[in-house]
Amino acid sequence: MKKKMVSLMLAGAMMATLLAGCGSDGASGEAAADTATETETTETADTTEAADTTEAADAAETAEGAETADTAAGGTFKIGGIGPLTGGAAVYGVAAKNGSQIAVDEINEAGGINGMTVELNFQDDELDAEKSVNAYNVLKDWGAQVIDGSVTSACSIAVSEKTYQDQVFQLTPSGSAVDCVQYDNAFRICFSDPNQGIASAQYIGENGLASKVAVIYDSSDVYSSGIYEKFAQEAANQPFEIVAAGAFTADNKTDFSVQLQQAKDAGAELVFLPIYYTEASLILTQADSMGFDVQFFGCDGLDGILGVENFDASLAEGVMLLTPFAADATDDLTVSFVKEYNDRFGETPNQFAADGYDTIYTIKAAAEKAGITADMSNEEICAALSQAMTEITVDGLTGDGITWDASGEPTKAPKAVVIKDGAYAAM
Amino acid sequence: MKKAGKLSKTTKNDLITYGMVILAYVIVQLLVSTGHVSSLIQGLLVPFCTYAIVAVALNLTVGILGELSLGHAGFMCVGAFASAVFSLAFKQTMPGGPRFLIALLIGAASAALVGFLVGIPVLRLKGDYLAIVTLAFGEIIKNIINALYLGVDSRGVHFTMKDALSLNMEENGLVLIKGAQGVTGTPNDSNFTVGIVLLLITLVIVLNFIHSRTGRAVMAIRDNRIAAESIGINVTKYKLIAFTLSASLAGVAGVLYAHNLSTLNALPKNFGYNMSILILVFVVLGGIGNIRGSIIAAVLLTLLPEVLRGLSDYRMLIYAIVLIAMMIFNWSPNAIFFRKRLRQRLTAGRKTEKEEA
Repeated sequence: MKKKMVSLMLAGAMMATLLAGCGSDGASGEAAADTATETETTETADTTEAADTTEAADAAETAEGAETADTAAGGTFKIGGIGPLTGGAAVYGVAAKNGSQIAVDEINEAGGINGMTVELNFQDDELDAEKSVNAYNVLKDWGAQVIDGSVTSACSIAVSEKTYQDQVFQLTPSGSAVDCVQYDNAFRICFSDPNQGIASAQYIGENGLASKVAVIYDSSDVYSSGIYEKFAQEAANQPFEIVAAGAFTADNKTDFSVQLQQAKDAGAELVFLPIYYTEASLILTQADSMGFDVQFFGCDGLDGILGVENFDASLAEGVMLLTPFAADATDDLTVSFVKEYNDRFGETPNQFAADGYDTIYTIKAAAEKAGITADMSNEEICAALSQAMTEITVDGLTGDGITWDASGEPTKAPKAVVIKDGAYAAM
Repeated sequence: MKKAGKLSKTTKNDLITYGMVILAYVIVQLLVSTGHVSSLIQGLLVPFCTYAIVAVALNLTVGILGELSLGHAGFMCVGAFASAVFSLAFKQTMPGGPRFLIALLIGAASAALVGFLVGIPVLRLKGDYLAIVTLAFGEIIKNIINALYLGVDSRGVHFTMKDALSLNMEENGLVLIKGAQGVTGTPNDSNFTVGIVLLLITLVIVLNFIHSRTGRAVMAIRDNRIAAESIGINVTKYKLIAFTLSASLAGVAGVLYAHNLSTLNALPKNFGYNMSILILVFVVLGGIGNIRGSIIAAVLLTLLPEVLRGLSDYRMLIYAIVLIAMMIFNWSPNAIFFRKRLRQRLTAGRKTEKEEA
């Protein structure tokens, strides 16, 4: 049995070393070294050999480390991105990554930030807080000076704990939970969940859209339940009442007939959907087939609903949503961004892509304001950027004249759009 | 009679296991202090310990008790949430050391309690049926925690299954569990040393349990239930003991997990049946009943996806292929035969060399 394990370990170590060869970063080499170390602990006969492997890998790591330092001195600004690139939430991570990449390429073409070339390394976190911290550590080994992420809330909170310890500046494109920016070094581009909930309730109330409102939300999702909570709180101050609140969870998000029937029976005139567009498209289809004709109102998560495959876009006609970004807005910035995104990735960008794009430009604005240079340490960059963030104003895709205060929250006006003739139109 | 000073085979085997863990710890600490370990590996050290502990815990159920459990992620989840709630509630008022110790006991005890309660009905079943029912219990635990809201303020503890508003908290009240948003702000009390100490304690408990009178009774039930019953072994009692112990150790792994990250959510990813199956994969790859193998397999399979990051989107595919390859290499009868022959040839070669010398 012992021999078996030893052979397994050796095979594993070999495989790891082999595969690490494919990777380009120093982290893989070090990982292989660690596996080799493990081997050493189990097998005494091969000790010398294993030790050799360790030394070799260590040498490789040191060499690569030195190389990194050289390029940094030559003027690169390394931005590390974190988000879900695989799994159920991949849509958001990939969009943010693509949006960020477009911004990076544009900036590099225009001469970089303070003369530095920008480099973006985007790592997958699979929507798992633990993997997100791993991704952050990979980026740290790579030499990231600023973190663009994480795309989702829980991951972003876990990463902010680490960036705070290490004093690395963090700007999350779409981590909307309150705690994402609890530390001084963390800022965000998107609205926070409470802000969206309050803004939605105020919009519905002030514009007299309905007097009886039903809500369908995902109780297992941080974003959705966060918005619902504040929406319900603010609704108490508004001239409408919540007549039905139907919850669903990630485990049963295909059949919404119960929640819709509940809303219908309660006589709701408007259904508020603080959820993502995949589920919303199902809700619209099912509402149509049960003959429930009602006004739907959503938040930024609904953006992208027109792009859902096999979804009859005419059902979304008249749906209102509160979003900072609409892909068919006619301002020059949006038009050129949407065209570029379409050319490169073959689809219409959603709000996450816009957030990713704005993240990079915000980092650029702050870095120029603070006069960041490549040879500054991460702590210096962090302190300088955190200071500069409160002084800059950014005109981005997700809002004009966005400003930040020291708490990390952005100040920008939410835009309400309505779906008209299969396209978003401003209201 | 045994000669004094000569250890029995099992003791020797156990000592090798302890030695392996301690040696790994010493070497890693040396490498860390000399700056040879990347941040990625440093960040993975605690997860290594977490998954090694839970793999050892599951091996107790699968290898020693001989029952297939697919609910260990659920027990981990209970331990994680119970301890995280305690640590968060006493974050300001207690020093780190004793707080973590109490959190640990709370985590282990609550997971043991749930394991005991689940075990009463579940252990009446056998084989596949037991596996399916434990899987269901694991999912129930996850879903209950996702619907749970818990808060504390000057008027006491508030609790609801509806939403955060129904807690009726005072302004300065502290919400501990926020439904799907989970627990946020748990103090980071876990570190590699704590993890290794817990792993060693787990090993001491499990290895001694296996060699104890109780452990032998459990193994007798595994090998032949009827024979065991006929010599007067109380089957239900011993099965429950082993299952509860296994659950409580999984809870300890949960405590370690919860105190390593500042956010704790019961997602399908970390506490769903996927995780239960992953833990089972650790056990099967390391060898059912082989405690040392579980530790090595847990470390290897936790490390593998991170090492493969260089392959970006293809890494999960490669991970699966490597997993298949390792399983075949390790456990297919042909591969075992091939390795045996290779070893024979090697030892034969060594013998001739010796004779020549």
